[in-house]
Amino acid sequence: MIDTPLLSLLIWLPIAGGVALLVMDALGNTACRQTALLVSIATFLLSTGLYSGFDITTAAMQFQENVPWIDAFNANYHLGVDGISMPLIILTTFTTVLVLLAGWQVIQTKTAQYMAAFLIMEGLMIGVFAALDAVLFYVFWEAMLVPMFLIIGIWGGPNRVYATIKFFLYTFFGSVFMLVALIYMYLKSGSFSILDFHMLSMSMTEQVLIFIAFLLAFAVKVPMWPVHTWLPDAHVEAPTGGSVILAAIMLKIGGYGFLRFSLPITPDASHALDWLIILMSLVAVVYIGFVALVQQDMKKLIAYSSIAHMGFVTLGIFLVFTLVDKNGSLQGAALGMEGGVVQMISHGFISGALFLCVGVLYDRMHSRQINDYGGVVNTMPVFAAFMVFFAMANAGLPGTSGFVGEFMVILASFKANFWFAFLAATTLILGAAYSLWMVKRVVFGDVANDNVQALEDINAREFVILATLAGAVLLFGLWPAPLIEVMHASVDNLLAHVSVSKLPVQETGVALLNAVQP
Amino acid sequence: MSIPLSDFLLLAPEIFVLSMACIILVVEAFVGAQRPHLSYVLSLLTLLVAALLTWNMLDTERVVVLGGTFIHDPMAALLKTSIFLIVIGAFVYARSFHTSKGPLRGEYYVLGLFAVLGMMVMISAHSLLTIYLGLELLSLSLYAMVAFDRDSPLASEAAMKYFVLGALASGMLLYGMSMLYGATGSLDLAEIAAALSGPGENSMILIFGLCFIVVGLAFKFGAVPFHMWVPDVYDGAPTAVTLFIGSAPKIAAFAMAMRLLVESMGSLAVDWQAMLVIMSVLSLALGNLIAIAQTNIKRMLAYSTISHVGFLLLGLLAGTTEGYSAAMFYAITYALMAIGGFGMIILISRAGYEANQLDDFKGLNDRSPWFAFMMLILMFSMAGVPPTVGFYAKLSVLQAIIHVDMVWLALVAVFFSIIGAFYYIRLIKLMYFDKPETEAPLAVSTDMQMAISLNGLLVLGLGLFPGSLLALCASVLA
Repeated sequence: MIDTPLLSLLIWLPIAGGVALLVMDALGNTACRQTALLVSIATFLLSTGLYSGFDITTAAMQFQENVPWIDAFNANYHLGVDGISMPLIILTTFTTVLVLLAGWQVIQTKTAQYMAAFLIMEGLMIGVFAALDAVLFYVFWEAMLVPMFLIIGIWGGPNRVYATIKFFLYTFFGSVFMLVALIYMYLKSGSFSILDFHMLSMSMTEQVLIFIAFLLAFAVKVPMWPVHTWLPDAHVEAPTGGSVILAAIMLKIGGYGFLRFSLPITPDASHALDWLIILMSLVAVVYIGFVALVQQDMKKLIAYSSIAHMGFVTLGIFLVFTLVDKNGSLQGAALGMEGGVVQMISHGFISGALFLCVGVLYDRMHSRQINDYGGVVNTMPVFAAFMVFFAMANAGLPGTSGFVGEFMVILASFKANFWFAFLAATTLILGAAYSLWMVKRVVFGDVANDNVQALEDINAREFVILATLAGAVLLFGLWPAPLIEVMHASVDNLLAHVSVSKLPVQETGVALLNAVQP
Repeated sequence: MSIPLSDFLLLAPEIFVLSMACIILVVEAFVGAQRPHLSYVLSLLTLLVAALLTWNMLDTERVVVLGGTFIHDPMAALLKTSIFLIVIGAFVYARSFHTSKGPLRGEYYVLGLFAVLGMMVMISAHSLLTIYLGLELLSLSLYAMVAFDRDSPLASEAAMKYFVLGALASGMLLYGMSMLYGATGSLDLAEIAAALSGPGENSMILIFGLCFIVVGLAFKFGAVPFHMWVPDVYDGAPTAVTLFIGSAPKIAAFAMAMRLLVESMGSLAVDWQAMLVIMSVLSLALGNLIAIAQTNIKRMLAYSTISHVGFLLLGLLAGTTEGYSAAMFYAITYALMAIGGFGMIILISRAGYEANQLDDFKGLNDRSPWFAFMMLILMFSMAGVPPTVGFYAKLSVLQAIIHVDMVWLALVAVFFSIIGAFYYIRLIKLMYFDKPETEAPLAVSTDMQMAISLNGLLVLGLGLFPGSLLALCASVLA
């Protein structure tokens, strides 16, 4: 297993498939769709090899590949996964299959390019999660913007140009400052290896500046309040598939960045500035929750709900310092972080499913306005069942995966500070309010108009997509153990990293965690 | 003074290009009308052979010949080879170009070859006189090329502007050189360097001379505030000439800066670094901001050139070998992107219609997905988005700048490249998200198709595997 370059295959198989699709454009739409689906399924099957071959007892990087790449920068083609990135890669391959299926009939113009864009996107996103070299990471991270830019711009809604340029420039803005930080660390450490960055000792000023550079990059990607404004625009204008990939995976890359870069590289700055992240996260949970409540557009509502849910992720991740300060030990600190990661995976399923539900309605009615709907349950009973289920999951109903992550984070924040927990817990009310109120207005009640009367229930293809996602939501809701087991060693290792000050020996100060040993 | 024959071997490429240029001139004059493609083919062959000759000299060590006026070193070999290759691309694109009177005549290639010769002399110059000689040969050829479409008022105006301002800049440069000569008593770059590094007062006259030389250089680069000619000349010149001016001469200008600033006036680095900092920040700011307001693609690319020059100067002003090799990488890759970008403008033009508006690119993806994709690669490369070569050019310059503790400059540079990204992706928006205004199919000749594809794929390929070119740039300076 070690000898097959599994990660390289996972990255390059979809990219090669995408390029092949661009070339075989002339063969017709059906052939392109089938090829794309085959490639994505093959990639998904390959990625299950990551899970079955994964050793949950170690925090070391697994499936490593390391080949010299650019000598001038001492940059290597270095790939590897740990318990945090591995589930995200499988989420990526899983979601891509569903997204390609979802675009099966709707996308009639430039089908080959559409399918190719998603496949290339898949490879690049896997690259982001697997890269252990900062140049490689940055290349994948930026390259990822290109297909998404085109997806929104070519197949998007009426205001797509505004949305996609805003999306591109926002994310580009965030990431270039990260590039400067990465170069700075390269000159300090002599290599672009992320694992070497983890060992780097830096003064407080350096750490704070680097932390801010990372924050700019990742906060835009997550997105955190107040740099979230690109997301509703991008989501509303993107085609269904684009929204699903954005919500299910691209947002997770921001959270992943915090875990892979900010925390282990600048632990002291993270400690000193954790109040900022917690504040931003709580604002996202509470304020954005209220904003979601008043939305008239279903996609916008789900977009805002995504921002609120991602607030939970960042809250969970950055609770660790408060927890350690309070308890004096690392015991229990893992809870918030694991909750954050579980929330990322679960939100991937649920938000993806909700966007697909909206897509199903939009394909039939060409409207996303809540007011245009009402009584859908009368004409589309099967679909209504799914939509209600996913809305419940979005509200954090016990038994669904949405509950697990939220519960873990709220529990951790209760241990940290009563008021954190109090504010975070408002999501239980707000989340339920906006999700269920939307369902009430769209699905239930009397048939609102003739268009709704004419709706046809979902076909077999749509049923398979939604049922698969519902299965995943239920599975991780009832039995999250496999997921948590996989990440346990890696989260512990990350905590150990975070708890050791990276300040140079002569500098003391905020290195409060120094005394604590894991 | 007797010159050993072996010295002439080092000059073989120059002598070859000169003789061929003269031969092609005669061929064009006598059989140009009957065989319109002959001078084109001959010019390409000349460049190809010259490129091979020069490439073989890459490993020879540094020698100064002809009484100290001519230097051969690995840097010269690499820069000349890249100029030959870039100009081959430029000629191939130019052949598909139609002026208001039909296809280009053979004089274009002859003038182009003389310009190449000028650049070669500039690159290998080891005396102030040779530098000036090469520069003037290049400039005079370019002035004539800009005026090529002589019935076009716009082109004549551009040529006149270019000539007057160019003459002024040459005057500045000469004036500066004369002061340098007065202060050091020599025209030889090595002797100047020796005189400057010795003990002695850093006299006012040296600083004055330096100022004038930097002004002359900045004019040739098109750096702010000596950039005024760039947009007008780029816009007014026929596209086939713009693409020539916008690409290879940047490499030659880089070489001139290396010879003048680094090799001869290295001990005044503190002074010229400060000047370059100002010019580079201004170029980045002005180039990127004004480009946003353009609707004419040639003007947009002109302002984009100005901003790229700002980036290139960043590498130079770092004052380290790392910085010089980053700037060299930047110059070569920028020339590659620039011929691609201007080549695309020729590609979407047809006989009787010279494209120059951004709107001409509307809906290119519907008309030809492949060429739209090539332009997409080129634009993202200019914006510095990986995995294209433009990203590594920016990365290595930023690295060199941060290495000398000028993080603030790096931040300024990346900040303006965000602004710059906007106008590049606006072009992509036009190609991919808008409907075409015309249904006219693209009439593209086979050599043009191959050249554009090769150009685009090279930008992408060097983006995936930049290692060897980066290493080459570093090794020729080591």
